[in-house]
Amino acid sequence: MSEGPITSGHDPRFSPTLYAHVGKPNSWTLDYYLSHGGYETARAVLTGKQPEEVVEEVKKSGLRGRGGAGFPTGVKWSFMPNDGQQHYLICNADESEPASFKDRYLMEDDPHQLIEGMIIGGFAIRATKGYIYIRGEYRKAYDRLVGAIGEAYERGYLGKNLFGSGFDFDLYVHRGAGAYICGEETALMNSLEGLRANPRMKPPFPAQSGLYGKPTTINNVESLASVVHIVQRGADWFAQMGTERSKGMKLFQVSGPAKRPGVYELPMGTTFRELIYDWAGGPTEPIKAFIPGGSSTPMLPFTDEYLDLPMDYESLVAAKSALGTGGVVLIPESVCIVDSVWNLIRFYGHESCGKCTPCREGVSGWLPQLFEKFERGQATHEDLKTMEDLLDQIEGRSFCPLADAAVWPIRGALRHFRDEFLHHIEHGTCAVKSGPRWR
Amino acid sequence: MGFFDDKQEWLAEVFAQYPADRRRSALMPLLRRVQQDEGYVDFERMKEIAELVGTTATEVAGVMSFYSYYQGLPTGKYHIQVCRTLSCKLAGSDELWHTLTERLGILPGEVTEDGRFSLQAVECLGSCHTGPVIQINDEPYVERVTKARLEALLEGLEQDKPLEEVRRTLPDEEKMGKATIELEGEGGAS
Ligand SMILES: Cc1cc2nc3c(=O)[nH]c(=O)nc-3n(C[C@H](O)[C@H](O)[C@H](O)COP(=O)(O)O)c2cc1C
Ligand code: SF4
Ligand code: FES
Repeated sequence: MSEGPITSGHDPRFSPTLYAHVGKPNSWTLDYYLSHGGYETARAVLTGKQPEEVVEEVKKSGLRGRGGAGFPTGVKWSFMPNDGQQHYLICNADESEPASFKDRYLMEDDPHQLIEGMIIGGFAIRATKGYIYIRGEYRKAYDRLVGAIGEAYERGYLGKNLFGSGFDFDLYVHRGAGAYICGEETALMNSLEGLRANPRMKPPFPAQSGLYGKPTTINNVESLASVVHIVQRGADWFAQMGTERSKGMKLFQVSGPAKRPGVYELPMGTTFRELIYDWAGGPTEPIKAFIPGGSSTPMLPFTDEYLDLPMDYESLVAAKSALGTGGVVLIPESVCIVDSVWNLIRFYGHESCGKCTPCREGVSGWLPQLFEKFERGQATHEDLKTMEDLLDQIEGRSFCPLADAAVWPIRGALRHFRDEFLHHIEHGTCAVKSGPRWR
Repeated sequence: MGFFDDKQEWLAEVFAQYPADRRRSALMPLLRRVQQDEGYVDFERMKEIAELVGTTATEVAGVMSFYSYYQGLPTGKYHIQVCRTLSCKLAGSDELWHTLTERLGILPGEVTEDGRFSLQAVECLGSCHTGPVIQINDEPYVERVTKARLEALLEGLEQDKPLEEVRRTLPDEEKMGKATIELEGEGGAS
């Protein structure tokens, strides 16, 4: 276990970094952060490196965006021009994809780590202003962030001429108000500008024209927090964790009936089995399926074949699913798959912004209507066919990925649990009898 | 008197977060402030906000209706938002919701006669490991809302104790608010 890439949380060379301080008393205060080497990485970067060097290091590390899409962070940063205009760095802290709750504790328990990541990121892309767009419901995280930013300003870690380097960085927090689409990067910018949060046409890409029409980079909370450690310990340290094309550590989440549900930081390439059994303590009741990476990722059967999959981008794509945000949900034997997927379709239908026809009519109109027929026991084989045609017409034909995100859970369910849909058609009821779940 | 007349200092702080020629960016924080203080945002307030950020009340209404947090109708002193998305559903949020509607005798959009409670079903709150989850007003979540914790919560609020005080008395409260949770003796949903 001590040679080759690190792909297990049991590897003695691995220890958590992103979550190293989560859960510790006073971990959110500046004094705590400083006593653990806080802001030293930002100091070293701002006083000793060129922006290009930072971008190169992050590129070399292989870090891919942790917001769900997995785009290489260093590459994204390299799209930013060097044009002397005002640039913006936005941290996407909207975290609204069901089954995802990892960014929350990065902000609640280690807000200075995120601030330091944003200073370094801002320096790398020549942005002197940053915004953290945080989902409105995260009240505790908001309070902690605002407190941390206040402390950082007071002691000169934000504001003018940081560390005597001549680099200025201002940081603000903007609260959302309950709309999933605000997590889509261009919708987020509209929301920040006080407009309705419909996604924008791309191109122009944010690096050309983003917030207020200025070059902008937007990164997820976990991505920005990871940057601190990459720059501090070096790209090679990061890249020794994970698999061929999925590097580093990542925050995985487990919800549903497990013994110890929650967030676990593990190397990329760790298996689902290790996450679910060794870290989350295993299921507390028989499980038939799991969602591997947030509500939009197609579910997989809870069998050896899938439990032994390494959690990396490529393995999940090969299994016709996705790593997404790393949010695993365990679905019990006794819960109807049609019911479960209907819950998610209702979510996506509710969150469709209504801008484009396939999503407005399909995701918030037709799909919910069809599911209601299934629920009422009135669906026919013809309805199932209509649903599948509809999926083809929605997927890849909508303005933004929200519509695809609604299609995928149905695809996964039909691929692996078609019999439960057929049971609804043939018997008018769920294939399983679900008892009360509230305790 | 306008709502914001005596809040000039606060307003200046909000506007300072955005470029001087981008006052419209303050629209959401202004809506939030009214919602927090008054429990809903009526048309007079929309007009006031529109004037402050340099747009029309219709535009403000358009933005407002986009989000689930801002309410167009009055809400109770405790506006209870219940997560109904999958992980919470697996932890019993449907039953929790029915219990609440029956116990309080209200549906979304209504307020209990004593003005204390209103209800809203909301989507995933980002606390899926501690479901079922509710949020009251703009306060930190109440997690793992079991039957026993709900009962204790409602009893406390019915006596008009401050939420933070009530929260401290809920069973198992010391285990909440953490990135992982383990509750002794929790088996399956049997
Ligand atoms: C509907 C929708 C919702 C999204 N929600 C989030 C979110 O809550 N948080 C996030 O970081 N990214 C979210 N994303 C992805 C962002 O658009 C963007 O890719 C990401 O913030 C980029 O950061 P990264 O490269 O560091 O991952 C969402 C995308 C879509 C289409
Ligand atoms: S796909 Fe849906 S959410 Fe995206 S732009 Fe179209 S209507 Fe809006
Ligand atoms: S499903 Fe309720 S908090 Fe995520």
